[in-house]
Amino acid sequence: MNRIALLIIALAFLTFQSAAQDDMMDLLDDAPTTEFASATFKSTHVIVGQSIESPAKGTMLLNIQHHFGPVNSGFYNFFGFDQAVTRLRLSYGITDWLSIGLGRTTQNKTWDGSLKIKLLRQSSGARNMPFTISYYGNIGINTLERTDFSRPDYFSSRLSYVNQLLIARKFSSKLSLQLIPSLIHRNLVETRQDDNDVYSLGAAGRVKLTNRMSFNFEYHYILSKQTASQYYNSLSLGVDIETGGHVFQLFLTNSAGINEQYFIPYTDGSWLKGDIRIGFNIVRTFTIVKPKEFAKY
Amino acid sequence: MKLITLTTVLFLFAFQAEAQRYITKTGRITFFSDGPLEKIEAVNNGVNSALDSQSGMFVFKVLMKSFVFEKALMQEHFNENYVESDKYPLATFKGKVKNIKDIDFTKPGIYDAEVEGDLTIHGKTNHVATTGTFTIEGSDVLGKSLFTIKLADYNIKIPSIVEGKIAEEILITTTIDLKPLKK
Repeated sequence: MNRIALLIIALAFLTFQSAAQDDMMDLLDDAPTTEFASATFKSTHVIVGQSIESPAKGTMLLNIQHHFGPVNSGFYNFFGFDQAVTRLRLSYGITDWLSIGLGRTTQNKTWDGSLKIKLLRQSSGARNMPFTISYYGNIGINTLERTDFSRPDYFSSRLSYVNQLLIARKFSSKLSLQLIPSLIHRNLVETRQDDNDVYSLGAAGRVKLTNRMSFNFEYHYILSKQTASQYYNSLSLGVDIETGGHVFQLFLTNSAGINEQYFIPYTDGSWLKGDIRIGFNIVRTFTIVKPKEFAKY
Repeated sequence: MKLITLTTVLFLFAFQAEAQRYITKTGRITFFSDGPLEKIEAVNNGVNSALDSQSGMFVFKVLMKSFVFEKALMQEHFNENYVESDKYPLATFKGKVKNIKDIDFTKPGIYDAEVEGDLTIHGKTNHVATTGTFTIEGSDVLGKSLFTIKLADYNIKIPSIVEGKIAEEILITTTIDLKPLKK
């Protein structure tokens, strides 16, 4: 009798011991946490246009955006090398969900002030949210010197506005897709037939080829037919190459313009006719305010 | 009668073991690597850990995405390219304090500890051994340890373009503020 009892006890004790380690791990099981999708895109731009990404809190980005002339302009223009549109842009993350930017592009010597707000963040776990949604808006000011003296030169007629919703989902670590409904308002248009408001719907995405390289595409379909007929939908194809401190984006596009108010309604090149431009973006990140964990240094 | 006594003893044992568990959810792990190109430093203040003062069993659970870096871009690269946090969200340690009997949890003081066990990072498990200290202060236990790991041991690849510029060994500091587990 005693032996049996002892055996039972010994057995029970052993079971308890072996279960203990897993049991200890179970102690650490937290309430389900919410996991937010990160790095849906490598850069704040998919290619030419905006992605849902914005600079992290306390971080400043310097974007150098560059579109050469059309490749089919031939040897005389050295395949577009002679004509380039560039834009410099600084943006700063006030919080992780709010950033402001200031840009200057060669086209119409336009300055632009911009704002990006993350409205929703894709998450899984305790809280499920299928999409990340950001709002992007900018106001552009054409600062060309007055050349047309046939009409009064109002300051307001130099302004243009961009309002976009960026709706993205990171389907997997490899694939992210984004929808971009846009409303662009121009205070002054070229002809009487043109409407001041242009609506468009864009689709963009990236497929990661390796951890540091991805293939990207971006297309904007103009819903309004009010723009003059010589303009095309903007299509860009490119790769993102990440090299430590910066992201290098190399692409082909039919758009000369870099600001949304130019490349969405005023794309004058056609892929089918070979009006393709080579372009690149360089994004450099600077940490201005360190996270609180590092504030003491 | 003997059976009853023994069962009682066993229950007491079980109860005792339960009562001598310590736990934290706010442990701190930092890591540091000093390469010629980049000095990399990160902090995680939400480390889960538990210690059984009876058996010496000692476990850690670390959410990789909770590491905060000085530069946001580094944090993104850490999660995206190096430890692949989407695929391997957790790092765990399951091990033992080998000299648990030498530590008197009722007597304040600093005790040396030898810790050994399985460390899993990036889906790869290695047997590791290190030394540290436990500081007993009232009912609390403060565990501290410092050790290095090699990135290659955990299949964490350094891309060729930055090879030789980023250190291949990482210095890890753990500071855990264990408190008695209340039932």
